[in-house]
Amino acid sequence: MSETILKLDKIVKTFPGTVANRGISLEIRKGEIHCLLGENGAGKTVLMSIVYGLHQADSGHIFYQGEPIDLRSPKDAIKRGIGMVHQHFMLVPNLTVAENIILGQYPPWKVLRRMDQVERRIEKLSQKFGLKIDPKAPVHRLSVGEQQRVEILKALYHGVDLLILDEPTAVLTPQESSGLLRFLKEMAGHGLTVIFITHKLDEVMQVSDRVTVLRDGRKVETVDTSEANPRILAKLMVGREVFLEQPSKKGTQGEEVLSVRDLSVDDERRLPAVKGVTFSVRSGEIVGIAGVSGNGQSELALALAGLSPTAEGEIEFCGEVAHNISPRKLSRLGFAHVPEDRHKMGIVLPFTVAENCILHDFDNHPYARNGFLQSKTITAHANDLAQRYDVRLSGVEQRIGELSGGNQQKIVMARELHRRPRLLLVNEPTRGIDIGATEFVRRQIAAQRDAGAAVLLISSDLEELFALSDRLLIFFEGRIVGETPARKELIEEIGLMMAGKSMESFSAEK
Amino acid sequence: MDPLVIVSFLAAVLAATWRLATPFIYTSLGEVFSERAGVLNIGLEGVMLIGAFTAFSITFFTGSPVWGLAAAMAGGLTCGLLFAFLTVSLKANQIVVGAAFNLVGLGLTSFLYRSIFSGRMETAREYASFSPLEIPLLSRLPFFGEALFQQNLMVYATPFVVLAGAFVLYRTAFGLSVRSTGEHPRTVDAAGLPVGLIRYASVLIGCALAAVGGAYLTVAHTNQFNEGITSGRGFIALAVVVIGRWSPWGAFFISLLFGFFYALQLRLQAVSGITIPYQFLQALPYLLTLVVFVTLRKRADAPSALGVPYKSS
Repeated sequence: MSETILKLDKIVKTFPGTVANRGISLEIRKGEIHCLLGENGAGKTVLMSIVYGLHQADSGHIFYQGEPIDLRSPKDAIKRGIGMVHQHFMLVPNLTVAENIILGQYPPWKVLRRMDQVERRIEKLSQKFGLKIDPKAPVHRLSVGEQQRVEILKALYHGVDLLILDEPTAVLTPQESSGLLRFLKEMAGHGLTVIFITHKLDEVMQVSDRVTVLRDGRKVETVDTSEANPRILAKLMVGREVFLEQPSKKGTQGEEVLSVRDLSVDDERRLPAVKGVTFSVRSGEIVGIAGVSGNGQSELALALAGLSPTAEGEIEFCGEVAHNISPRKLSRLGFAHVPEDRHKMGIVLPFTVAENCILHDFDNHPYARNGFLQSKTITAHANDLAQRYDVRLSGVEQRIGELSGGNQQKIVMARELHRRPRLLLVNEPTRGIDIGATEFVRRQIAAQRDAGAAVLLISSDLEELFALSDRLLIFFEGRIVGETPARKELIEEIGLMMAGKSMESFSAEK
Repeated sequence: MDPLVIVSFLAAVLAATWRLATPFIYTSLGEVFSERAGVLNIGLEGVMLIGAFTAFSITFFTGSPVWGLAAAMAGGLTCGLLFAFLTVSLKANQIVVGAAFNLVGLGLTSFLYRSIFSGRMETAREYASFSPLEIPLLSRLPFFGEALFQQNLMVYATPFVVLAGAFVLYRTAFGLSVRSTGEHPRTVDAAGLPVGLIRYASVLIGCALAAVGGAYLTVAHTNQFNEGITSGRGFIALAVVVIGRWSPWGAFFISLLFGFFYALQLRLQAVSGITIPYQFLQALPYLLTLVVFVTLRKRADAPSALGVPYKSS
């Protein structure tokens, strides 16, 4: 058990502009589940990408099973029995499961004659490990959970001894997650070594034997999980005492601000994504939308924001018809939108911070006069927002692309919130940002509710939904399958609903 | 009209269909490989011209169309190497590079043709080419005889070349990696395969076959070269790939369809008593292409990474 399978010695990796790993040394024992814990940007994924051969370290050494190894590409890693399941799956959607699994296995001139043999081998393997999958199915037809199974099967098919998983539970329902954790424990019992990248403390406590905490490209410490607790780990991870305080839920609810009736929306491929949902949001409440991502939440958000046409149904905003009207009109009516993908919709990366602050009002007084931008006013406005929202920057003339994700998100929040919206739509507000910024963003959302705004919060992070929302709507395949109070004790039911079990089926069982 | 006239008219159209489809078949098959790997080559027209001219001049000087064809392929591979270097290694915009290829292809071949062959026009008409091989008996079959059994070698070869192309694309490890590269290059990278090399290979296949398609015009279809002899066939081949849904056999059959329209307009021009201006008939295949592009422009089944240079992070 104490035999070392992987040893990293002073790994340094720099990218233009950032240092991702500043000399990390690490030992992984055979047959253990080892968690790599750290905030976004701590260097976890980069470090493991080096072990998998996707990146090459600038300096430092890797020893695998006692030998120094030199990994030029993932092929070298796979050959030595190192496998990795990436956060964004490495699967070709239009190929079958079997084709995906053998991709890269044979020299180019090899004729793939007996695909049925490959398929049978995959079937056997999937039965042996209890990972049910049809090897002939094209990958794009599989659910996210199934795709992850394919990724794991792929690694097992190649006969890995060391399996690296990068935030594997981010896309799963709570039940799927605990199923995965159980599976990994079992595999570790059979001698597989697992490195588990995560930033979720409870997962670390549940699954790992040991945990290494990274911060800012450095190793902070490696501890036995049995001697740790979430608070110690959080402190190691952030570098200071964190109080994971919950903003109080004390909003006084008023009139109905947003009302959605039988709304259907099609996605980009013109397939129905939202299928007849009805709900409303009152002022002074936060309604959370829970669900595994990809179940219609994004399309709902786009339709509400006026960014994609609705197929059927009505949206009413403060008593006015609000479907298929322009985002500009919506924003005049008091609608604010913090979009899911900051870089695509929230900000214009090559613009300065100041310019990004006036994306709504650039053509209005006081920022423009007779068609000319008033740079003094614009700068003053941006400075004011940056200060009030605690944005760390060297100056508002800095390009926003140079700021960290958390500071970019603060700018988006500042721009949207200073307009005192009546309805705030926030979609994945804390994805990919550090703990400090997360706390700040969440407090701002709660403050809006307390100030009387209606808030619709879409998040794939259940913790976040529990912390902020007053009630939850659960989305599955474009429908609302249930509504519950946002109470953590209901996580079991909510998880099942996220997997498609409707609320009626619960009451029927009871 | 006399039914006999109609039948003989149709027989004549059919006889020309396969012949006229052949340059599309070669060129679009090649482009299927290129696009399946994620590289859009709108410079096909230029590459075809270079192939046409190379085949013509080498055949002229050696007297052997086989050498001409081989030289055209070499020319196509050279184009492919340059195209891949610019778009894959240097990650230049594929549309811009493709447009440049079309301009260079037209300018270069016209210039060389005039400087080498002006004054030799009489002899230029005399050189050998792939001539029709009549299959005994079968070619005498009524109606289909001429269409199927009185063609030259390059025409007969098309179904076998497409069969080989489909085999490589769907039944070999190389084909699997090509199909993956156009769809999700990052996965290919993570599987330890060289994305760049796969794209180079696919572009080379694409350009070599486009050059063969061009060569066909000068050493099999006719035995002469004119400036701009391809007259837009490279662009039609691009449309063929889209309508054929990026599959080799799709490209084959859609090429035949376009060949049919070419043949139809040629024959219609020869029919007396039809009052449609011939310019309109000539424009027919191009119009068809335009309509197809407008209606099918962004199909869900296009390779997702088509036209996007790959940057490993």
